[in-house]
Amino acid sequence: MSISTHGPIDLIDYDEAVARFDPVFGIEVHVELGTKTKMFDSAPQVFGAEPNTAVSPTSLGLPGALPVVNGTAVEYAIRIGLALNCTIAETCRFARKNYFYPDVPKNFQTSQFDEPIAFDGYLDVELEDGTIFRVEIERAHMEEDAGKNTHVGGATGRIQGAEYSLVDYNRAGIPLVEIVTRPIEGGGARTPEIARAYVRSLRDIFRALEVSEARMERGNVRADVNLSLRATPESPLGTRSETKNVNSFRSVERAIRFEVSRQAALLAAGGVVVQETRHWHEDTGTTTAGRIKSDADDYRYFPEPDLLPIAPSREWVEEIRAGLPEMPVARRNRLQGDWAFADAEMRDVVNAGALDLIEATVAAGASPASARKWWMGELARVVKTTDGELEDLPITPVQVADLQGLVDSGALNDKLAKQVLEGVLAGEGSPQEVVTARGLGVVSDDGALLAAIDEALAAQPDVAEKIRGGKIAAVGSVVGGVMKATRGQADAGRVRALILEKLGVEG
Amino acid sequence: MSTISRDEVARVAGLARIDLTSDELDRLAGELDVIVQSVARISEVATADVPATSHPLPMFNVFRADVPEPSLPVADVLAGAPASEEGRFMVPQILEED
Amino acid sequence: MSAESTDLTRLSAATLADKLTAGEVSSDEVTRAHLDRIAAVDPAVHAFLHICGRRALATARDVDARRAAGEELHPLAGVPIAVKDIIVTKGVPTTAGSRILEGWVPPYDATLVSKIKAARLPILGKTNMDEFAMGSSTEHSAFGPTHNPWDLDRIPGGSGGGSAAAVASYQAPLAIGTDTGGSIRQPGAVTGTVGVKPTYGSVSRYGLIALASSLDQAGPVTRTVLDSALLHELIGGHDPHDSTSIPEPLPPLVAAARQGALGDLTGVRVGVVTELNGDGYSDGVRARFSESLTLLQQAGAEIVEVSCPHFTYALGAYYLILPAEASSNLAKFDGMRFGLRVTPDGGDGLAATAERVMSATRGAGFGPEVKRRIILGTYALSAGYYDAYYGSAQKVRTLIQRDFAAAFEKADVLVSPTAPTTAFKLGEKLDDPLAMYLNDVATIPANLAGVPGMSVPNGLSDDGLPVGFQILAPAKADDRLYRVGAALEALLETRWGGPLLERAPELATAANSPVEATR
Ligand SMILES: [Mg+2]
Ligand SMILES: [Zn+2]
Repeated sequence: MSISTHGPIDLIDYDEAVARFDPVFGIEVHVELGTKTKMFDSAPQVFGAEPNTAVSPTSLGLPGALPVVNGTAVEYAIRIGLALNCTIAETCRFARKNYFYPDVPKNFQTSQFDEPIAFDGYLDVELEDGTIFRVEIERAHMEEDAGKNTHVGGATGRIQGAEYSLVDYNRAGIPLVEIVTRPIEGGGARTPEIARAYVRSLRDIFRALEVSEARMERGNVRADVNLSLRATPESPLGTRSETKNVNSFRSVERAIRFEVSRQAALLAAGGVVVQETRHWHEDTGTTTAGRIKSDADDYRYFPEPDLLPIAPSREWVEEIRAGLPEMPVARRNRLQGDWAFADAEMRDVVNAGALDLIEATVAAGASPASARKWWMGELARVVKTTDGELEDLPITPVQVADLQGLVDSGALNDKLAKQVLEGVLAGEGSPQEVVTARGLGVVSDDGALLAAIDEALAAQPDVAEKIRGGKIAAVGSVVGGVMKATRGQADAGRVRALILEKLGVEG
Repeated sequence: MSTISRDEVARVAGLARIDLTSDELDRLAGELDVIVQSVARISEVATADVPATSHPLPMFNVFRADVPEPSLPVADVLAGAPASEEGRFMVPQILEED
Repeated sequence: MSAESTDLTRLSAATLADKLTAGEVSSDEVTRAHLDRIAAVDPAVHAFLHICGRRALATARDVDARRAAGEELHPLAGVPIAVKDIIVTKGVPTTAGSRILEGWVPPYDATLVSKIKAARLPILGKTNMDEFAMGSSTEHSAFGPTHNPWDLDRIPGGSGGGSAAAVASYQAPLAIGTDTGGSIRQPGAVTGTVGVKPTYGSVSRYGLIALASSLDQAGPVTRTVLDSALLHELIGGHDPHDSTSIPEPLPPLVAAARQGALGDLTGVRVGVVTELNGDGYSDGVRARFSESLTLLQQAGAEIVEVSCPHFTYALGAYYLILPAEASSNLAKFDGMRFGLRVTPDGGDGLAATAERVMSATRGAGFGPEVKRRIILGTYALSAGYYDAYYGSAQKVRTLIQRDFAAAFEKADVLVSPTAPTTAFKLGEKLDDPLAMYLNDVATIPANLAGVPGMSVPNGLSDDGLPVGFQILAPAKADDRLYRVGAALEALLETRWGGPLLERAPELATAANSPVEATR
C-alpha cells in the first residue's frame, strides 16, 4: 500500500521551521567495498560489465548454492570500524533479512542484525567554519548489495506505470558496510550542513582507508536520511521519515532542508508526521511518500545457518589498527603545516574537495601557493558553473603542475596560461601540446618586439616625448599597444625594458 | 481451542508470498494449532540460562581469499529464466520500490 | 534380459568394483544391466524421476576405454550410482520432487556430483523424494509416490524413498540420499538397506538444495556397510564452497568397515538410549532390537544403559528449526529467475505484478506439506515469536548436545531402533502430519546435534517387513559407525545365511523397454 502525496505540498520557510522546531536526524550510509570479488562468492566485482556477466550460482541465488565469506571484506569492515572509533566485536555473525523483492535473488539479504562487527563509535566532523561536531556511530555492519532493476515502459523508466522490469544481478552480492548513526541532536539550523559534512567525511575516510573508490556518482556510497522534529530539545523524539537513496553531498543537505520544511508545515498545521519511507527527487529537490512502515518490515531475522560466526582475534584487530593510514583530519593538519596555508585558506581547500588535488599537484612539482591558486581560482570557477566536483574536471594534477612550470620558466604569462588551461579542459592535450597547437608561446624574439615597439611609438609621438621627459609611468600605454599588436603573446616586462632602452631612459 | 486464527494464517501467508485458497486457510489454521501446541512444550526446558546452538559444530572465521573466478556464462545464467530480454531477467512490473 | 545382467545387479558395489578392476566385467555391461533392471521394475517401484541412460553409458564406455588403456582409476570407477533429485546436476533436470522446479536444468554441479564424475561413476538417474525432502514416506513427491519393493502397497520411507527403493530393488548398487531428520536412515530401515547420515559438515552441502541448512547432510544409501564406507569416502571431505564443511580429513571408514566385518567388538561400549526404546516402538521392532544387542554382546561389546532426557524435546525443536530455516531457504522459488512461473488469470482486473506472480507461483507450485511447513516457519520467525519458538528450539539443541556428550562419556556408540514401526501403507498417515512426524523420533536427535548415524537392516518384523538398527557416534567419529555396523551385519548374515534383502519378494518385471530411453 502506498499513499501518494503528488499534489501540492505546503512548506514552511526553512528559517522559520528551525526557529519553531528542533530537528533530530540520523543517517545510514552504505559503502560498496572495493574487493575483487563479491561478499559471499568468487564472482568478479566489475563496474559497467554487460548485464549478468559477473555472477555465480551463489550471487544468482540458485538452488543449492552456498555463501563463503570474503576475508578481505571482513578486513575492510574492521578498518572502517576502527577509523570510526568503534569497538570491534569479539564475535559477530550474519543473519538473514527476509523479504521478497526481484533484485534480491534469494529473497533474503545476508546482513548482520543483533551482532554487528563494529559498534559504539564516533566521528568528529569539521564544519565549514571550522567547528567540530561529534557524530555518534551506533554500528557498522557487513551485508551484500542487491541487483539492479530497470523499469521498462510507462514514463521515463520510473517504477510507476512501468510494464515490466529487467533485472541484472552483477551488483548482487557486492560487499557493503552499512554505517548507522545514533540520533544526532543539537544541530539546530545547521543540521543540513552537519549531515552533508558527515557524509563527506565518511567518503574521505573510505578513500583514505582504500576500502572503496567511494564514487558517489557510481553509487559506491549511498545515504538514507532519517529526520524528525520536536518542539524543543527537551521534548521526546518526534516521528521520523526515512528518505532513501540520497546520493550526493548536496542532496543530503537539500533533502534534510526539504524534510524540515515539510514536517514543520505538517506539525504547525496540527497534523502528524507519518512513519514512512520517502523518495528523493533530485530534479525538484523534494521528497515524496513511499510505503508506510508495516507488515512488510517483519523481516524475520535469524542467524544465517550457512555461515559461521566471525571472531576476529585481538591480534588481528591490532594488526589492522597499526596498519591504518593517516586519517583525513590528521593528514589535513600535517599538510596545512607543510604548506603554510592560513586556517581559512585550508578550510576552503578542504570544503572545495581540493586537498588531494593540491597535494598531488605539489608532488608533481608546483609550489603549494601556485597549486592552491589554480585549483581554488580558475578551476573552482569552472566547477561552479557546472555544479560538479573539482576531481571530475578533465585535468590532472600533473597537468596543472606542468602548466605552472611553463609560467615559472617565463614561457607563458598568466593570461596565456589561462588560455592553455582552457585548451587542456577542452581535451586538446597536455599544456605543452596546447601551447604548440594554439601557438601560444610568449614572443621572445626581440627583433619582432622592436618592430612592434617602433610602430607603437610612432603612433603615440607625444607619449614618447613625455617618457623622454621623465614621465616613466607613461610607458604603460606604449606597452599596452605592443601587447595588443602581439595579441598578448609578449612578455610585458621585456617589452617595457626594450621601450625604455630604446628611448634612452633609465627604468 | 484454536490459538492461531484464520486471519493470522492469512497474514503469515502474505508474508511468505503464498496464495492460499479459502479451504487451505481453514485447514492450515487447525493444523498449525496442533503443531504449535505440541512444540510449545520445549519452553519447559529452554530456560534463560541455556545458550542457543545455531551450528552443530563450533567453528569460526571461515574465510575465502579475494580471488575472482570467471562468471557463469550469460547463456547459462538466463537458460532457466521464465523470460529474459537484453541479457537480463524479465519480471512483471514491480509496484513498490523497496 | 540375460541371466548375467540379473546377476550383475545383485552384486555389491565393492564386488562390482573388484570385478571391474580385474577386467572380469565391463562398466558398459554393468551399467546396461542396471538400466535394464530399471526399465523392468521401475514402472512399478517409481524410484526414479529422471533416467540418464545415454550419459551413464557414455561414462561407462569411457571408463572401459581408460581401463583398457591402463589408466589408474578410482576403485569405484564404472560402478553405477543413483542420485537423489535434491542434488544439483549440471545439464540434468533437478526438481527436488517439486512442480515449482519442473523443467529446471541446473548450470552447475553439486560438489559431491563433481566428485562422483571425477571418479567416473555412471550416474543412472535422479531419484524420487518427498517434495523438498519434507516427509517420511515419499508420498509428498509432486510426481507420484515411490513404492516399497517389499510390498508395493507400502511406503519406502522418506524423504529419500526413491534412493532406498532403487537400491533395495537392485536398480542401483549405490545411491546418494540426504538426511535432515532421518531421510536416509528411516527409508533404510523400512526397505532393508544401509543408510548413513555422516557427521554434519563431513560431506559438502554445496549443490544440495537446502531444506534446513543447519541439519541437512548428504550420505550413502547402499545394500552393505562396506559399500557405504566406500561411497562415504568418495563424496566426503573438505569443500571450500561450503563454509560449514569440516576442514580435517575423514577418519578411515573403509578400514573400519573391514575391521568390523571380522566380528570382534571386544572393548567396544554400546549405549542403549532409554528414551529411544519404549512406548511407540512396535513389538517386532523391539524384539529385533534386543536380539541384535545380544549378538553385539556375544561379539564382545559391553552393553550399557544411557539416558538422554532431552531427546523427548527433540521432535518439538526440530519442527520449529526445520520450518523456520526452510521458509527462508525456499523463498528463492518465486518464479522470477528459474522454474515455474504462474501468472494469475487477472479476472479480478488487477495487473500481474511481480508480487502477485510470486504469490500465485508459490501457491500453485508448492504442495500441501511444503506450504504447511513454510507457513509454520514463517509464523515461528515472525515478529514477536522468534524467541519463543526458534530461539527456544536452538536452546534445546544445546541440551541435546549435552545429553550426547554425557552419553558418549559412557559409551563409544549409542544404539536404538531406527524407526518405530515397519513401513506403513500408502495414504495411511497422509492426513495426520503429527503421526507422520513421529516416524523420525529416533533419528532427529543426531541431526540436531550434528553427530553421525547409520541404519543397518536387522531383521523382519512379524509382518514380514524389514526393520533397522540405528548406530550413533560422536561427531567426526563416523568410523565407529562402520566398525559396529559391519560387525552387526556380518553376525546377522551368518545367522540368516545371507543378506536380508534376499528374502524380499521378487518384483514382477515389465516388458523390456529400450535401454537408452530417457524420461
Ligand atoms: Mg538499513
Ligand atoms: Zn543495509
